[in-house]
Amino acid sequence: MAGDKEMMEKEDGEEKEISERPKWDNKVQYLLTCIGFAVGLGNVWRFPYLCQTYGGGAFLIPYLIALVLEGLPLLHMELAIGQRLRLGSVGVWNSISPYMGGVGVASMMVSFLVGMFYNMILAWILWYFFHSFQNPLPWRDCPVNLNHTAYISECEKSSSVNYFWYRETLNITPNIQTSGSLEWWLVLCLASAWCFVYIGFVRGIETIGKAIYATVTFPYLVLTIFLIRALTLPGAADGLVYLFTPNWDTLKNPEVWLDAATQIFFSLSLAFGGLIAFSSYNPQKNNCERDALIVGCVNSFTSIYASIPIFAILGFKANENYNTCQNWNILQLTNAFNIGDENITVENYQDWFNHLNATDPSEVESLDLKTCDLHTFLEQSASGTGLAFIVFTEAVINMPGSQVWAVLFFIMLFCLGLSSMFGNLQGVLTPLMDLHLIPTWMPKEIFTGLICLAAFTISLIFTLGSGNYWLEIFNNYIGSMPLLIVAFFEIITVVYIYGINRFNDDIEWMTGRRPNIYWQATWRFISPLMLLVVFVAYVVMQAEKSPTYSAWNPDYVYFPLAEVLPYPGWVVAICGLLSAIPVISIPLVALYRFIYFLKNYIKTRHNPNPYANDVSSGDL
Amino acid sequence: MLDKILFLLCLASALADERCMPDTPHGFQVRLSIKTALGDEAYVWNENEMFLFRASLAFAMRNHMNGQQFEVSNIIVCNETMRVSFWFIVTSPLDTSQLIDQENVEAAIRQSRNRINSAFLLTDKTLEFVDILPTLATLYTHPTPPWLIVFGVVMGAVSAGIIIMLVSSVVQKKRKTNRKPQDEDDDEETRVKTVENGDAHDGIHNMSFSEDERFTKM
Repeated sequence: MAGDKEMMEKEDGEEKEISERPKWDNKVQYLLTCIGFAVGLGNVWRFPYLCQTYGGGAFLIPYLIALVLEGLPLLHMELAIGQRLRLGSVGVWNSISPYMGGVGVASMMVSFLVGMFYNMILAWILWYFFHSFQNPLPWRDCPVNLNHTAYISECEKSSSVNYFWYRETLNITPNIQTSGSLEWWLVLCLASAWCFVYIGFVRGIETIGKAIYATVTFPYLVLTIFLIRALTLPGAADGLVYLFTPNWDTLKNPEVWLDAATQIFFSLSLAFGGLIAFSSYNPQKNNCERDALIVGCVNSFTSIYASIPIFAILGFKANENYNTCQNWNILQLTNAFNIGDENITVENYQDWFNHLNATDPSEVESLDLKTCDLHTFLEQSASGTGLAFIVFTEAVINMPGSQVWAVLFFIMLFCLGLSSMFGNLQGVLTPLMDLHLIPTWMPKEIFTGLICLAAFTISLIFTLGSGNYWLEIFNNYIGSMPLLIVAFFEIITVVYIYGINRFNDDIEWMTGRRPNIYWQATWRFISPLMLLVVFVAYVVMQAEKSPTYSAWNPDYVYFPLAEVLPYPGWVVAICGLLSAIPVISIPLVALYRFIYFLKNYIKTRHNPNPYANDVSSGDL
Repeated sequence: MLDKILFLLCLASALADERCMPDTPHGFQVRLSIKTALGDEAYVWNENEMFLFRASLAFAMRNHMNGQQFEVSNIIVCNETMRVSFWFIVTSPLDTSQLIDQENVEAAIRQSRNRINSAFLLTDKTLEFVDILPTLATLYTHPTPPWLIVFGVVMGAVSAGIIIMLVSSVVQKKRKTNRKPQDEDDDEETRVKTVENGDAHDGIHNMSFSEDERFTKM
């Protein structure tokens, strides 16, 4: 690793210590880091859900179209501009045009805010990981109440996995206004998550580059193991058939296209500034076009590859639930009519039912038999934390050797999230370093430690009883609209302010090949247009929905269904602020620069100084 | 032949107790699911098995109500079905016209539930006493929660890693600063003249004066 400082001796004996820009040990490190940043938790728990909701195999069409028309061009642009200008997000946009410096500031702020709540998810994953070393798994059984007469009612009404997630992990409050207190176990897990992040991040890309060898390759190993295991489970085929059966009608729904475009955008971690930061440490003569294609395609491949074991396991779980449902019906009939044990089986259930219904319909009616439909169980999937901490944990209980599978699963999720965290924080560190905001006496290790400490302190909000509700707010309002706006301004700045021809020349100089017609068309028109359309559609859809959230309230009448509550006024204000503050920095910085320019202009007009050299006009 | 049948019927009716009937307030219903529990090794339910049941129930009653010598004849069974399920009541050994009340019977069964279960190779679920809830097995509470142990191990490793990283970077810096004064001393000797002109690092160095002192130093 080339050190931070290098002695350079010129021929005339002059000695100067130049701080050389850190660089990657090798190309593989750089590619793995970018892949690790792009491949995150969303690939595992958002894409399979979208695939399933939007008609299985048919969803791949809008997804791949969005990748080709929006994802790859933006990715290529970010990697190229970072590599060429060799600066982080703030520096890049500042040097293209001082008026666009706000774009970089916005990127940095979004990166920091997202890093804060993202690590809370890692803390939850660590909590489940720590609990996977028990036999039996703690989320398998409901705990018993104090006088040992029955199970705790909250657990009995919902389910043991739900109870473990909402009560024992989150200790969630019934609504967002009730803050509860800091849950000490979550604080411990959050602290350990930040320690993990710090170890990888402590010297910037020096240490990140070493850490990602493990954190990026391990998830693929685990996914393969899960794939082999999942395909041998009973009911796996049902899940896979259900996932991949294309339902072409969904393509007529514009929401599908919108979701595909947003999924690609967020999945590739664009507009965070992290990719710009990573590519700025590259040597300038590097084929960024091929890098962009590799990262984009590996990201999409990972999404599709991950959805196979996930859905096989969900199919297994649906099968288990279906069998349980049917067996319950059989038991009811057997007990009520005193038929011999095991005379009614799943196969002859229908015949028996018809016969009994004919002879004694009132009795059959009084039993309240459930309708067991495999499809209903298959549809009960979820995305996000629901998939990992509720659905999957339930499936794992029924798999033989549950502890092993639980441990592997949570390590995989942790690695996926950790590599994305590195990107988030690098998107904060590199601009700060390029702006020379770090005092020279402070070593990098202390500065990265300070960043981690600050983020840890602020993210203690998420360890409160209402923390999950706040995390949803952060997720919905920061990790969405501001990024779309930033990306739109990024591509407009590069194409129209920096100049597409200059950009083409740069790329030709870096890679040896001028970008072809596909890149030209997408950069100039298609991608900005798509971003604009996606942004407008997103705003329209958000405006249509009144801001509500699902709360877990054990005293709710229809518990265990979630209670849908509206956000109180002050929370809506905070949501607005979270969306607006990163974005507002774009016009603010432009305004600030403009005022500075006006001041200078007025000064030179009033006191024309013949000796004033326009060249040395500061860092404007 | 007919006499014998009549005699047996009378005997049977004499043995059958009218107090034992479905939903009796003095007894319980029992349900066995032998095939579910044992699969291929299921035994056939017959008279002998019923005798064992009555005997084990008498045993349970004896255990619970000390002193009273319950016999198999005190356990009266009726309404046997194919399921296998039946009702039973318990009479007092001292006075067969008196029935033991439900609470006592329930307590007796609860106390010896395990023994009754194992006599039939069944479990609480497969040998069901309807309306007697099994005592719920409490989850074993560990003295130290195991998750804290794992947490301690992981955090110990991570903290050790952090300390090693920080110490190694401090050591690296110390090595560099040790090397620097050495190199600076070497170069100082070759740049005597430039030092006289003030700090050579300030401003733009004037290239017209050669620094190659080896040739000009006298």
